[in-house]
Amino acid sequence: MATRATIKDHWGEQRMFEQRVIAAGVIIVLLLVALVSRLFWLQVLRHDYFTELSQGNRVRVEPIPAPRGTIYDRNGTIMAENRPAYQLELVREEVPDLESTLQRLVGIGLIAKDDLDDTRRLINSRRGFESVPIRLRLTEEEIATFAVHRFEFQGVDIATRLARYYPEGEIGVHALGHVGAISEADVQRIDRAAYAGTSTIGKLGIESAYEDQLHGRNGSRQIIVNARGRSVQALGPLGPKLTSIAPVAGKELVLSIDLPVQRVAEHAVWDQRAAIVAIDPNSGDVIALVSRPGFDPNGFARGLTRSEFAALNTSIDRPLFNRALRGVYPPGSTIKPLVALAGLTYGVIDPKVSRYCRGFFTLPGSSHRFRDWKPSGHGNLDMVHAIAQSCDVYFYGLSDAIGPTRLADFLANFGLGAATGIDVGGEKTGLLPSPEWKKKAFARKQDQVWFPGETVIFGIGQGFMLATPLQLAHMTAIIGARGKNFQPRLVTALRDPVTRVTETLPPKPLPTVSVASAADWQVAIDGMLAVTEGGTASRSAAGAGYRIAGKTGTAQVFTIAQNAKYSEKGLDERLRDHAWFVAFAPAEAPKIAVAVLVENGRSGSGVAAPIARKVMDAYLLRKFDVPDPTTATTTGVAAPGAVPAAAVPAPAGDE
Amino acid sequence: MIYDDSSSTTRRTLTAGARILSTLKLDGPLLIGLGLIALFGQIVLYSASGQDWGAVARGIARIALGTTAMLALAQVKPSFLRRLSPWLFAFGVVLLIVVDAIGYIGKGAQRWLDLGFIRFQPSEIMKLATPMMCAWFLHERPLPPDLKTLLAVVALIMVPAGLTIIQPDLGTGLLILSAGVLVVLLAGLSLRIIGALAVLAVGAAWIGWNFLHDYQQKRVLMFLDPQADPLGAGYHSIQAGIAIGSGGVFGKGWMNGSQGQLEFLPERSTDFIFAVIGEEFGLVGAILLLLLYLFVVARALYLSVQTQDTFSRLLGGSLALTFFVYVFINAGMVSGLLPVVGVPLPLVSYGGTSMVTLLAGFGILMSLYSHRKLVGY
Repeated sequence: MATRATIKDHWGEQRMFEQRVIAAGVIIVLLLVALVSRLFWLQVLRHDYFTELSQGNRVRVEPIPAPRGTIYDRNGTIMAENRPAYQLELVREEVPDLESTLQRLVGIGLIAKDDLDDTRRLINSRRGFESVPIRLRLTEEEIATFAVHRFEFQGVDIATRLARYYPEGEIGVHALGHVGAISEADVQRIDRAAYAGTSTIGKLGIESAYEDQLHGRNGSRQIIVNARGRSVQALGPLGPKLTSIAPVAGKELVLSIDLPVQRVAEHAVWDQRAAIVAIDPNSGDVIALVSRPGFDPNGFARGLTRSEFAALNTSIDRPLFNRALRGVYPPGSTIKPLVALAGLTYGVIDPKVSRYCRGFFTLPGSSHRFRDWKPSGHGNLDMVHAIAQSCDVYFYGLSDAIGPTRLADFLANFGLGAATGIDVGGEKTGLLPSPEWKKKAFARKQDQVWFPGETVIFGIGQGFMLATPLQLAHMTAIIGARGKNFQPRLVTALRDPVTRVTETLPPKPLPTVSVASAADWQVAIDGMLAVTEGGTASRSAAGAGYRIAGKTGTAQVFTIAQNAKYSEKGLDERLRDHAWFVAFAPAEAPKIAVAVLVENGRSGSGVAAPIARKVMDAYLLRKFDVPDPTTATTTGVAAPGAVPAAAVPAPAGDE
Repeated sequence: MIYDDSSSTTRRTLTAGARILSTLKLDGPLLIGLGLIALFGQIVLYSASGQDWGAVARGIARIALGTTAMLALAQVKPSFLRRLSPWLFAFGVVLLIVVDAIGYIGKGAQRWLDLGFIRFQPSEIMKLATPMMCAWFLHERPLPPDLKTLLAVVALIMVPAGLTIIQPDLGTGLLILSAGVLVVLLAGLSLRIIGALAVLAVGAAWIGWNFLHDYQQKRVLMFLDPQADPLGAGYHSIQAGIAIGSGGVFGKGWMNGSQGQLEFLPERSTDFIFAVIGEEFGLVGAILLLLLYLFVVARALYLSVQTQDTFSRLLGGSLALTFFVYVFINAGMVSGLLPVVGVPLPLVSYGGTSMVTLLAGFGILMSLYSHRKLVGY
């Protein structure tokens, strides 16, 4: 080693070093050329592509919700509008200790304990910088409570947003529907882009059926965001040409509902399970649509707590159930005028010929007695009096003479057994039985047979037949209009909130119902007039100042055995008969047709008819006596003996 | 003799400034080059940090500290540096072992050594100590080195490089490795051996691959296809590509780069600051900066060639070329030519101790040049 070290060639090493440095220089230049080529490719050849990517990175589209259309009644009174609502909002990244904050909000009563899990989930589903509404629609008291404690809640504050508000509360809720949080099912159905920035959607009723018109079209604006998605001020060249699309406000709706009448109707059955539908026979316009019990739609617009919703949903009175559209009941005697008209149309009966009622009816060759509601019988009755007294025996025989298929065909002309086509969704079709229907409806051969007895009870609206209050109101309207037929509807006009241009919707006529002769209408109407003028419902019509053509009815909930007697005593209240009353007025040129159903109301004349009278008084005479809701159940003419077995003598009654 | 003439000619034309530089043992052109890069770096940093004067102030403090180290080291005689080399190397290796041990016990990445009053990375010392050690080891031996010498030097390099890579700090480990390897290459390693080693390196790379941490493997794989994991490992590369590409020829202007200003670009004031330069100053700005770097490297190589002993030449050349390796790895990784390894852009990237180490290295280089014997040897 030592010897080799002595022969170290310094000049050689220097030359070698210089050569290596030159080689290194060449390599350096080559590498720099590669680097610059790469930069050239990125910055010159692919410049447009990367410019677009960089734009896309920082420009986000933020939705601008369109204001939802206001809903008015026919008088121009607001039934649904948008109001500023105060809500509690929380920004997660500004809250020092989320769990403790939520617990303390529960402590001062601003969040329900039941909702804690949902609230946590909601907060965690959003980004940290987003302001998450954790409690909607604060009351003034709650705002004050929070204001006192505000310093304890960093990252939580009160914000103002536009929210749906129903000034009438429960009034008309089953016609209006309500808005509620957009559900999974809604998401499938809607154009998601159109709802970006909107948190509620119409549920049920008008709010749902006219969702497209009410919603309008959300707008949008481009904003500059940073990498965390937070909106930042667009400064100078950082802000590209930002575009925005203005929202298109939803259409205003004008309803056919007459709010004062609606109010009277609601209060007339406030504490009952009942439905009322009032229709203008000349246009199909629904004047009032009531289903009780109701609920406050503001709760849904605000967002119900779990326990609040559970209370509504599990209540035995089913406040969420729309009895007017979706409740199906045996129509009972209310269809007797139609059966009479059918008999006249098919020419199987002379209205002037009296028939004898001995209290029951038997079919030839059978001992089975079809009983009348009046065990002693009505004696001799022509058609008008048979309707007036609601004689069952007369209609047993008439129905048998017409035959079930012909009767069903005739009733179908009045919209029974089919949807009326009202402009809100969800209505039931009811059921119009016939031998043909029975063959299709039942699987077992022995069930498919139509028995003669079924024809008999068909004549008094019992058996398989079912109808909704809306259908009966529609039917009554057709009788009142002497065959003229309009589709029931709730919305009469759409109005643009900006241009104020109103689009009036014309009434939608349906095929006119024809009978053999115009005089036949008068026979049926005379019968219905006789009901209120000396017949079963005369008390309720007394002193009206206008003539009412009506018909009472009772729908059995509980079938009595052949030889048993109907006794109210010991019968559960909810198994008592439903009470019906259908009517139109003034009889000569009707302006209103009403159907009233009171579940377990027992008596059409005693319970349902007075309610119909109030509605008609309100509409025709503009008499708006809104009773104290607590006494609503006991108003009306007392008719405790509306059933055969009752000991108290009844002035009138029906089957 | 030639040196005599030229230096005497030079001395006659010395200006006052040059005299000061000469007294301070500094090299004017190199100083100007470094100064321009550092100045440009601070301008970019102000924009990249989101107009944070604090960051700029801390950056300037580091420049001051590095300049002090450079000034100090420029005064030290090369012969002293040479004698110091093995001790400094041994000291650094011991510190690296300590750091690795602490990291192993603490079950986490460990790069820092906390001495209570100061925290520093021993691997930074090794960036200088390793080429010094290699140059010291080779300068007495006949060059080109024979195989035995070569193996010994390779072993010397692998110890600090390996200890740093397992910290894990791949970027610094690679820089230490390249600093040592460059000494060997400058020492005149025969091309045959270089070829053989290249083959060996490929094999070693294959084995080393299996020893890399998951995230390091991921970085390498992602380099091949950054789009595969756009929100994970590929995010850095993609955002840097968008930043540079959208900058175009002339850039979006100072403080107007949306990628950097709106924080889409991660590590924009540290490892990825080159992307901010590409975005805000465009191709023109990037090329200008690269030319400044080229000038510094060229001047440093020139100074190395001018030195008169093997130790100085090898060390100086290695320091100059390592500086370029820094630049190339960083610019290469930011522009997507190379995998993403944590290497800062020299004299521009914010933070870390690399600024001090780099300027200290240039201090050594100036010392090697300015202390050369002007009259033969």
